[in-house]
Amino acid sequence: MPEPILTAHRVSKFFGGLTAVDQVDFEVYPGEVVALLGDNGAGKSTLIKCISGVYHPEQGEVMFEGHDITGHSPADVRNRGIETIYQDLSLAEKLDVGANVFLGQEKTKLLFGFIPVTDDDYMRAEAEKVLDRLDIRIPSLKQKLVNLSGGQRQAVAIARAMYWNARLVIMDEPTAALAVPEQRKVLELIRSLRGQNIPVILISHTMHDVMAVADRIVVMRRGQVAANMPRADATEELIVKHIIGASENGDAD
Amino acid sequence: MATQVKNRQQFINPRIIEFLTRTWSYLFLIGIVIFFSLTGTGFFTVRNFSSILTTSTLIMLMAVGQTYVVITAGIDLSIGWTVGLSSVTTARVMRDLVESGSDIAFAMVAGVFAGLLVALIPGIINGLLVAKIKVPPFIATLGMFGIVRGAAFLLTDGQQVVGGLSPELREALRSIGNGSLLYYIPGSGLEWFALPEGLEPSQLRTASQLLPYPVIITALVVAIFAFILARTKFGRHTYVIGGSEEAARRSGISVDRHLIIIYVLCAFASGIAGVLHLFRFTAGAPQAGEAALLSSVAAVVIGGTDLFGGEGDIMGAVVGALIIAVLQTGLVILNIDPIWQFIVVGVVIIIAVLVNQAKETLERLQANA
Repeated sequence: MPEPILTAHRVSKFFGGLTAVDQVDFEVYPGEVVALLGDNGAGKSTLIKCISGVYHPEQGEVMFEGHDITGHSPADVRNRGIETIYQDLSLAEKLDVGANVFLGQEKTKLLFGFIPVTDDDYMRAEAEKVLDRLDIRIPSLKQKLVNLSGGQRQAVAIARAMYWNARLVIMDEPTAALAVPEQRKVLELIRSLRGQNIPVILISHTMHDVMAVADRIVVMRRGQVAANMPRADATEELIVKHIIGASENGDAD
Repeated sequence: MATQVKNRQQFINPRIIEFLTRTWSYLFLIGIVIFFSLTGTGFFTVRNFSSILTTSTLIMLMAVGQTYVVITAGIDLSIGWTVGLSSVTTARVMRDLVESGSDIAFAMVAGVFAGLLVALIPGIINGLLVAKIKVPPFIATLGMFGIVRGAAFLLTDGQQVVGGLSPELREALRSIGNGSLLYYIPGSGLEWFALPEGLEPSQLRTASQLLPYPVIITALVVAIFAFILARTKFGRHTYVIGGSEEAARRSGISVDRHLIIIYVLCAFASGIAGVLHLFRFTAGAPQAGEAALLSSVAAVVIGGTDLFGGEGDIMGAVVGALIIAVLQTGLVILNIDPIWQFIVVGVVIIIAVLVNQAKETLERLQANA
């Protein structure tokens, strides 16, 4: 087994008297898709936010590529190569595809040799190259995002992560609110990220997605890791049991 | 669903609708210019067009700053009084310096500097309130509306104008505020800087300003504001913030700093408007921009800038300001009670909002097709 690229070691996060994440160990290995499952309030979002820097854990440590990133700011975590993709939240809908891939990090050129202006042609061309690598066709890159489908927008978000050399992508419910063909497209995108050796943490409620793309499945329950198994060992039934907390012999606790 | 949309597309060509929603304000401007030219005597003259442009400078400068604010999904209600504050401050500084024996040129430069600087203060406070304390822009700038209004009147000791400017100073102001780089005298030709001495009264009446200084200054400011918005990173970030503040933050844009700069820019444009107002009318007036505030917001809306943010451009605001100025002048020339201009402008604003909604519906239909 290779070294994990990301390790969360005995991470805990409290909100007042509530223990949202309780001494959790969690690893991601190079090039794998890890599905993170659990009921609402099981602690999966909190764990992810402890990794992405949105929350700072009270206990434990988070290591990424050999660096301690515990308690770092979200911007710092992103600069280190961990990209979190939220449903729709991180795109500028009224701008075009190129502008979105370069959002906040626009490429500029000099006009008359001294005035920095945005280089839209360059940004569009680069966006097209990344989208090609992901095998995504968008008819016109001058289209504003509002005119694209949900799946295409998701693709733009992933293209952005790839362009900025993400080395770990976290996707929070990427297929929620998408039509079925679009969901399929997003799953293909996840596979193609894996194909480029970029590991993915996939948070999902959709059992079908998880079974379709995950290499490993981690189930959280009440702030703890209830199960951690390779995809090959998992069945939907088994996963559901872990999510709702029923033991092997069927007793609910 | 898909077939329904297809049918509708066959029914009305969406390209035509899209073209109309994008260009209707330009077409409308051309339309009213043609209408007034055909019906109003003296409308289609160089002299009148130059006068329309000069009239529009106040609204235009305010609208150009307002466009930035509206693109960030905000609004600045205080700029009308910022114009006044700046006009009054400039007048007082010039007057007091001249009275204490200063050189007129020095007094004018110092006054302009003071007028532009004082305009930044409400901008900074608006920006801080909106960005840092998260006061809704409408409320923050409504508060500032009252504060700046009071400040402007305190500076005039409650008077309607800052008077008492020396005749030499007023003449100097007028030479810029009512001057022109280039004159056209029918039957005689072009003249730079000033009308020649000894013109016939008939020539004086028809002589026109081809490039009035207030128009040149406004055009420069508009061009710079338009360039920054359309071409620079700063402009791009303005659209991102207006489209989704959350997305802007996530992409590492320092939203708070950006918003403060935008309210300062907006106030600065109004400061320029206030200084120009003083040069044109040679008396500092606290209420200089009062009536122009709503007109400037109207110009922004007519120009297609989305009040919910993320969309719009400076050219739209320029066209909006020109539409209002053309209506004001045209109705007077047609001898229609100028009060009608309020009604006509009101109708145009409502058309603008309807067109914007139609555009959004169209975009949604296309996205779902």
